[in-house]
Amino acid sequence: MQKPEVAPPGVNEGRNPMKARHILVGMTCASLLGAAVLASQAQAQDSIYVPLLTYRTGPYAGSGIPIANGMHDYLAMLNERDGGIGGVKLNVEECETGYDTKKGVECWESVKGKKPAVVNPYSTGITLQIIPKAAVDKIPILSMAYGLSASAVGKDFPWVFNPPATYWDGLSMVMRYIGGKEGGLEKLKGKTIGFIFLESPYGREPLPLLQQFAKDYGFTVKEYSVAGKEMQDQSAQWLSVRRDRPAWMIMWGWGAMNPTAVKRAAENGYPMDHFIGIWWSGSDDDGRGGGQEAKGYLSLNFNGLGANYPALQDIKKHVVDKGKSQVEKDKFAENFYNRGVYNSVLVAEAIRNAQKLSGKKVVTGEDVRRGLETLNISEARWKELGFANFAAPISGVNCTDHNGHAPAYMQQWDGAKWVKISDWIQPMRDKVRPMLEEAAKEYVEKNTGWPKRTEACDKSS
Amino acid sequence: MLYREAGQFKTSYATDQAVFPILQDRIGILIILVIAFVGVPLIGNDFLTNAVMIPFLIFSLAAIGLNLLTGYTGLLSLGTGAFMGVGAYACYKLTTLFPNVNIIIWVIASGFFSAAVGVMFGLPSLRIKGFYLAIATLAAQFFLEWCFIRIPWLYNYNVSAAIEVPQRELFGIIITGPRASAETRYLIVLTIVTVMTWMASNIVHGRIGRMWMAVRDMDIAAELMGIRLLPTKLLAFAVSSFYCGVAGALLVFLWYGGAESTVFSINESFTVLFMIIIGGLGSLLGSFLGAALIYILPIVLRFVPPKLGLPLHAATVEHMTFMITGALIVFFLIAEPAGLARLWQIGKQKLRVWPFPY
Repeated sequence: MQKPEVAPPGVNEGRNPMKARHILVGMTCASLLGAAVLASQAQAQDSIYVPLLTYRTGPYAGSGIPIANGMHDYLAMLNERDGGIGGVKLNVEECETGYDTKKGVECWESVKGKKPAVVNPYSTGITLQIIPKAAVDKIPILSMAYGLSASAVGKDFPWVFNPPATYWDGLSMVMRYIGGKEGGLEKLKGKTIGFIFLESPYGREPLPLLQQFAKDYGFTVKEYSVAGKEMQDQSAQWLSVRRDRPAWMIMWGWGAMNPTAVKRAAENGYPMDHFIGIWWSGSDDDGRGGGQEAKGYLSLNFNGLGANYPALQDIKKHVVDKGKSQVEKDKFAENFYNRGVYNSVLVAEAIRNAQKLSGKKVVTGEDVRRGLETLNISEARWKELGFANFAAPISGVNCTDHNGHAPAYMQQWDGAKWVKISDWIQPMRDKVRPMLEEAAKEYVEKNTGWPKRTEACDKSS
Repeated sequence: MLYREAGQFKTSYATDQAVFPILQDRIGILIILVIAFVGVPLIGNDFLTNAVMIPFLIFSLAAIGLNLLTGYTGLLSLGTGAFMGVGAYACYKLTTLFPNVNIIIWVIASGFFSAAVGVMFGLPSLRIKGFYLAIATLAAQFFLEWCFIRIPWLYNYNVSAAIEVPQRELFGIIITGPRASAETRYLIVLTIVTVMTWMASNIVHGRIGRMWMAVRDMDIAAELMGIRLLPTKLLAFAVSSFYCGVAGALLVFLWYGGAESTVFSINESFTVLFMIIIGGLGSLLGSFLGAALIYILPIVLRFVPPKLGLPLHAATVEHMTFMITGALIVFFLIAEPAGLARLWQIGKQKLRVWPFPY
């Protein structure tokens, strides 16, 4: 570049040291950057990359933070205690979505190049967006008990998994519980059931099944939709509830909507033991929002409560006490924290399965897809993992059923904490499954050019 | 030095009135176009094209749309998000009702639906101005958003109340849906945005643009000069909504691949409004600069620290992004209240006489 023989000597003398310094600085910067990139690449080769799409910011952070902590801490514990899975470290990385679909898609684009083993979108809206991309990018999606209910049909959605239960299973369990209290679902004839939901794909998912139930058992459904921007108000909705006096209230809420709804219900004198939330409306903050008046509020749950499990103690010992977690000490092992842990157990088990099936140590998305398809956590296995009686066994996941339709139980808020008040409630598989198949068929028909399943089927391990 | 104009003589009215009168500008724009059309698809990875360039271009188009209305005609609108939504839902309905017609045609056609809705909500603009008009367009925003949720026909009775983009082809190449490659979608978006920017440039430099600017600067004077206010304002609403509608259709069909009503919320309107305020009101270049600052900067901020190996939590980065972006916006507005486009103009002026300013 430099042409000293042409340039006048005066100019050249004045500039050369400057240029040299610039070049030096530039080169140092470049080499640092290069080293960083190389380092991250080297890391990628001998570890399994598990991105977690989480949200610790925005209006849904209240629900998102404990889950993010739980998901992160269990995987971090495996790294600390066992050195990863099968001797391979897990490279756990969070990508902040703020529960915003746009950012979620951005996260997907940014992680897909690093060969993730599995993606946890943690938002129904984001899941809906990335479902079509999963088959193309060969990355399995684990949308644990959220997302598109119809994606439980493995024939049409080979890359999407939503164990342990779909929203429709959840609704059928709520109905079973109501039936038990009323002395049979037939007794609901002529009564009114209120359904309050977040105005989003998530909140709308159970509506078709609820309407089906209403037709079958002769009750009326009152819908109260809560738009995202008014979720911290809800006075209009609860005024209507007061007028309509539904016999039962069912809630599909998320984020700041939950504690507000619980508070409003208490204020309006709605009988709290007739107010049932889905498993996403049952965090400790949701109960606390209503204070003492919220006593009696019910919600479904599929993971154990409290810290009395060996694996959770391990998390405390290896991660939380060492300051490697972002969780506040007094919020450790709250309900949603444990939910996050449950999610990570599924991820870890799927990776383990994948290692077994493929014989490889560092597994890819394709392997983990097979691992998820053979996911099987028996009671004994839960115990072995240090989670005795933590959750119901997951047994029904296979190539056609990507869900398993596991049971859940009912928990009740006692004013300070959640208490388990029922046995495992089984979903109405006979009612849900045909509707799932129907919905999946419709999805495929609407999306012309939807790829046929080409992935082979593994035997369950 | 870069902008030495010596020797560039304008010998006809055409050259004097050209959009880019200086040779260097013409070369510059050519280089940008070559980079955009050839360079980016060749060297860019999926992340660059899909998560950065496509949304940037789409938001630029929406910003141009709003700029035509707010920057050139002086009518403040907060309904941009909703007008984008009208385009997206119209395109979805059209392509599901008539699947055999090419999707590009529907993307453009959906702009007309948006334009019609825009004209309807633009009617009050004859009587009210400024903040009052902003409130009227706010009504459009809320009403249309309500429609996107409560009229199931719009999303074909989808259970999740979401619209999903079916796969469509152009000359045998898949251009929408998950199997369309990022490069294809990028090139289509780029082509549409380039053509529509060129059209917008011709509009604002011609008779219609001058009418709009006359109305913006003083509507009574404009009326006295023989400009009929209502048709002029409605035309601004129509053209602006057309641009926003096409941007909305592109957003869903060539980027998201599916959407729900929340995508077109009031936040979207504000984002686009901020883009034109920071980019520069009444400037097409400003629309691009504003979109770049508001959209690309947070992405860069979010992904640069991890690349450099700084161990920051995802949430911390997010908080920092908010703060830095906010600070930069304040800084740019203090440095130049008229926006980035004006900043660029001043810079260019300085470059013309550099290194011997007088």
